[in-house]
Amino acid sequence: MNLQTSFIPAYSNEITTLMTMPITPKEQKSLLPWRRIIIWIFISLVCCVLAASIGSVSIHPMETIMITLSKFPFINVDKTWEDSSYTILWEIRFPRILLALLVGASLSVAGATYQGLFRNPLADPYFIGVASGASLGATLVFLTNVPTVIGNFNVLPIAAFIGGTGAVAIAYKISSTSSNTKLATLILAGIAIGSFTTAVTSILMIRTEPDLRPLLSWIMGGFIKATWADSLFLLPYLIPSILLVCIYSRILNTIQLDEEYAESLGVNTERTKKVLIIVSTILTAAAVSFSGLIGFVGLVAPHVVRILWGGDYRSLIPTAALVGGSFLVLSDLMARTVVSPGELPVGIITALFGAPFFIFLLVKNRSKIY
Amino acid sequence: MNEGIYLKNLEFSYSDLNVINGITTEIKAGEIVSIVGPNGAGKTTLIKIIDGLIKPSRGEVLVHNRKVHRLSSRNRARLISYVPQNPRLPGNMKLIDFVLLGRNPHLSLVEWENEKDIRTAIAAMELTEVSHLANRHLEEMSGGELQMGMLSLALTQESPIMLLDEPTSNLDLSHQAKIMSLIKKTHQTKNGVTILAIHDLTLAAQYTSRVILLSEGRIFADGTPSEVLTVKNLSETYGANVVIMPHPSGGTPVILPVTENYPSTT
Repeated sequence: MNLQTSFIPAYSNEITTLMTMPITPKEQKSLLPWRRIIIWIFISLVCCVLAASIGSVSIHPMETIMITLSKFPFINVDKTWEDSSYTILWEIRFPRILLALLVGASLSVAGATYQGLFRNPLADPYFIGVASGASLGATLVFLTNVPTVIGNFNVLPIAAFIGGTGAVAIAYKISSTSSNTKLATLILAGIAIGSFTTAVTSILMIRTEPDLRPLLSWIMGGFIKATWADSLFLLPYLIPSILLVCIYSRILNTIQLDEEYAESLGVNTERTKKVLIIVSTILTAAAVSFSGLIGFVGLVAPHVVRILWGGDYRSLIPTAALVGGSFLVLSDLMARTVVSPGELPVGIITALFGAPFFIFLLVKNRSKIY
Repeated sequence: MNEGIYLKNLEFSYSDLNVINGITTEIKAGEIVSIVGPNGAGKTTLIKIIDGLIKPSRGEVLVHNRKVHRLSSRNRARLISYVPQNPRLPGNMKLIDFVLLGRNPHLSLVEWENEKDIRTAIAAMELTEVSHLANRHLEEMSGGELQMGMLSLALTQESPIMLLDEPTSNLDLSHQAKIMSLIKKTHQTKNGVTILAIHDLTLAAQYTSRVILLSEGRIFADGTPSEVLTVKNLSETYGANVVIMPHPSGGTPVILPVTENYPSTT
């Protein structure tokens, strides 16, 4: 059944003129805002170069670019830099920047997905218990006699990942019957499990003696100990997950209608919910396992994009990934330079600088949000 | 029966409350049918069962000879479009984007709308006279405009069967007439089935050729408007006194309620 067979008897003339009528630029939807995405890729790169160049030892941005280029095959760059600059960039700053970029992008995509799926502007990546589950996992490793490194593997991130995904899995199980998953129940179950695991974590922390500082610094979040291995370990989780959310972005638009309405439009809502919850939970738990609990970016980056460029998830998801990644790179830069030689937890910076900017956008665009 | 709808021994209950109590009927291709009945008679539930959104506890729905509950969401959406009553809509969505969601059943997971899909959506919006609002956000539109937008979305689905749940509720007098004549107009251009759940008996009589009167989850009466909408039937189902007179233009029954302190002439 298509338009011709269904309408042509009575409206053939109208339809024919419509079909040959040129679509005006306003009506023509450019499906992916390529120009905006390319601009944001460029901004992200600038942020990375900036973050690599600034620090206790400053390196000229050109030098940073040259050192980066020298790593590419088939590009010959004359060596004009000192070995120490190379070591600082390659061993310390680049791994840190890459991890911040990946974590920022993942948290923003997960936040945008939860906001869309739950149709709730308050949703963030930690909405249904990932954060508290991951904390419990990390705490258990810290405070028990489990060695934190087995072979080449760092046990802490794995424990945090299992804790985070486990908490959501339990909440999901509670809210699902054989035929459907109630999202409202999932939110409540997630909050309940979150509170419960937080309580268990607190008990563990009070009852045990050892120095809690490493645990607290993990909970507050940061990239101090970032290595290349962390990013390499995360990439196989993050890249496919982000791509899958991009593929589902058109369905996310449809899900903005009532669930029943979306179902009547041919969306398999149960499968969609399952896929998106699994994917964003993996994104969040993976990101959190290495960097700790970094707040705010996953809540706010999607909203900033929504306010500035509209709520179509097809463009919102990739843009939010780039905006969130750049924002976290810059926040981490501030976290390690503002009180140099000390460091602030990056979560403080994201809130300290992100919140006023976000409030500014809210006030300027009161009508545009949700 | 091939191109029509066949309802067989339908039953449905919410926990222990029976909402649908054994409905069997056939709706042939080309028919436009009103489902009427007092509040709680099961109109909305029946519509949702036909669209496969609710699974009946007993019986089955055959659409084009296929069991609706066995179809995938996507195949079902290609056969049946559904205009819900007062759904929660995303206010920050533009009308054109909203209407384009009707193309979803025709697109695979990795496909996005192409130019033909956009033209289909615009054609549907032209038909319902809302194409000038294409770039308006849904929150900036009136109830009547939204109802037209939802109708365009259903038309964009290009399905042979259209179900509408209370399309005239919340609309003013002129929008009621406008949307009903649009529904009838689009129905006549295809050899499909249109089913409306509707409260307004006079509109039902005026615009549809067959009326199914539901009461307590059963079909109380089924036939042409003048056969079904009688004083006896309505007082037995609604428990209300009514006056029925012919419509000045067209002669279809006009139903007026009569209250106690307003003397009846019948």
